[in-house]
Amino acid sequence: MTQAQSTAAAPLMPEQTVWSEHVSWIDRVPRWVSMVALMVGFLAVWQLVYLIELVSPIILPSPLETIEDLFVVGRNLLTGDYMLKALWVTTQEVLLGFIIAVVFGFALGVLVGETSFGERAVMPYLVAINTMPKVAFAPLFVSWLGFGIASKVALAAFIAFFPVIVGTAAGLHAADQNARMLFKTMGASRWQTLVQLKLPIGMPHFFAGLKNAAVLTVVGAVVGEFLGGGKGFGELIRVAAAQLDTPRVFSLIIYLSLLGLATFWVVAWAQRRFVFWHKETVTEETLGQ
Amino acid sequence: MAVLSMSGQPVAPVGLMGRPVYELRGVSKTFAKRNVQALDKVDLTLREGTFSAIIGPSGCGKSTLLKIMAGLQPPSSGSVILEGKPVMGPRRDIGMMFQQATLFPWRTTLENIVLPIEIRDGKAAARAKYDQARQLLDLVGLNGFESVYPSELSGGMAQRAAICRMLITEPAVLLLDEPFSALDELSRDFMNMELQRICLERNATTFLVTHSIPEAVILSDVVYVMSPRPGRFVEAITVDLPRPRTLDMMTDPRFGALVHRIRSHLDKGAFQ
Ligand SMILES: Nc1ncnc2c1ncn2[C@@H]1O[C@H](COP(=O)(O)OP(=O)(O)O)[C@@H](O)[C@H]1O
Ligand SMILES: [Mg+2]
Repeated sequence: MTQAQSTAAAPLMPEQTVWSEHVSWIDRVPRWVSMVALMVGFLAVWQLVYLIELVSPIILPSPLETIEDLFVVGRNLLTGDYMLKALWVTTQEVLLGFIIAVVFGFALGVLVGETSFGERAVMPYLVAINTMPKVAFAPLFVSWLGFGIASKVALAAFIAFFPVIVGTAAGLHAADQNARMLFKTMGASRWQTLVQLKLPIGMPHFFAGLKNAAVLTVVGAVVGEFLGGGKGFGELIRVAAAQLDTPRVFSLIIYLSLLGLATFWVVAWAQRRFVFWHKETVTEETLGQ
Repeated sequence: MAVLSMSGQPVAPVGLMGRPVYELRGVSKTFAKRNVQALDKVDLTLREGTFSAIIGPSGCGKSTLLKIMAGLQPPSSGSVILEGKPVMGPRRDIGMMFQQATLFPWRTTLENIVLPIEIRDGKAAARAKYDQARQLLDLVGLNGFESVYPSELSGGMAQRAAICRMLITEPAVLLLDEPFSALDELSRDFMNMELQRICLERNATTFLVTHSIPEAVILSDVVYVMSPRPGRFVEAITVDLPRPRTLDMMTDPRFGALVHRIRSHLDKGAFQ
């Protein structure tokens, strides 16, 4: 205050005359710093909850125990022990499920998005099936396909192919009136319009569907393993949970999420590679919406 | 000076007696879905190498007329003859341009320009046209932008690339639906002069839809004034300013008189 009074007679300071843009402090720290800070805060709260025994240690392990177990599981994976074999089983289920979901989802998406038969006759059934809780089909798949990998692949594909249909069909409708008219003036056939116009324009929608599918195939595979046994990672989680080995459950889930992340990033990479002209928003990029 | 035609065929003024390229007889269009009558018995003859403009209130059926002429929509009744053959669908000898440039972001400027060739004759034919496409880029002042993607082009540049895409098939007639109305006024004047130069150079028969009276007058040999829906031609006004036109001619008293005359027609139409 006294300083303000003493400088009152002096010419205005530049800081007082320039109306400058205010940059929030969160925008000034690098992104990784805020991410690490959030993680540290989260772990601290977790440790605190553990220390004051807010919940039983059987339900919630300490962060330290979990991290320790992450190393145990990591070592097992690296030495190619039984956990790696389980992870490989689940990876196969995810990859096969994903490929099947993409192939069938794309084909049905084109049928629904391009033909009026698909739009009028097929679409209502797909909408109806999509509203069903799809994991409820798991026992059916097990009884049809057995306890092996096939039933998990089927469930993973079944859960994941709806977003592919939606993405493909939405993409086929993305071309605006001007672009369609232009193709018409050039005398383009229906096939040419599909391949040269509608599919490329719809790529961003299609890839958004693929990203959702990538995440959902992991869900499908693991749920399939929970309900149909087998030798996958989901089975390890189920066993660990039955033994009340919660640190193990936590660390297995963390490794499993890496599988989901990996498929997601492969799709994201393919999108950046093939849909180079489309600049995504951050939300699209990270959430696949 | 001007030749009135309330109905029937506009009489071609002296000096515009070229070979008829487009002939429309009694073209009407009713959209059954909403029972909207968009066009009512339009007669029109476009002669070789002439530039005509059509001006009228928004929604009077100008775009509909252009789409019918281009074979994108069938008329409800009437006939459209181009170069002696009825228009039954999109045709190669027609070049079209719209308000939006509509370049495809996954294609370079050059690839966008040869797209009509690729669609009609395949990839090899399109590649064979690259040299010609480069010459067109020169023509519109876009040299050096051939391998650039459209996201790096300004609105005016994109519209110039669209001109090249229209010209690559060497169409005999150009149908332009408000091609520069999304541009700012300075680029628009400039593009109009470019358009005139291109049309004169190629002796193209051109039909322009526009909202701007000065634009219609400065570019055209004949300006057709259209009534509100259902669209019909109220008057055909011959513009007898010499070619090539320059922007300076906008201060010519004859120019002012023509603009005034068209405006009074449109105003009358608005209060009917
Ligand atoms: N496909 C269509 N279906 C129904 N009505 C249409 C269709 N296309 C245009 N119209 C109607 O026809 C009239 C003329 O449209 P348009 O030719 O686009 O006018 P302008 O180009 O002169 O502004 C408008 O009233 C419009 O709503
Ligand atoms: Mg229009």
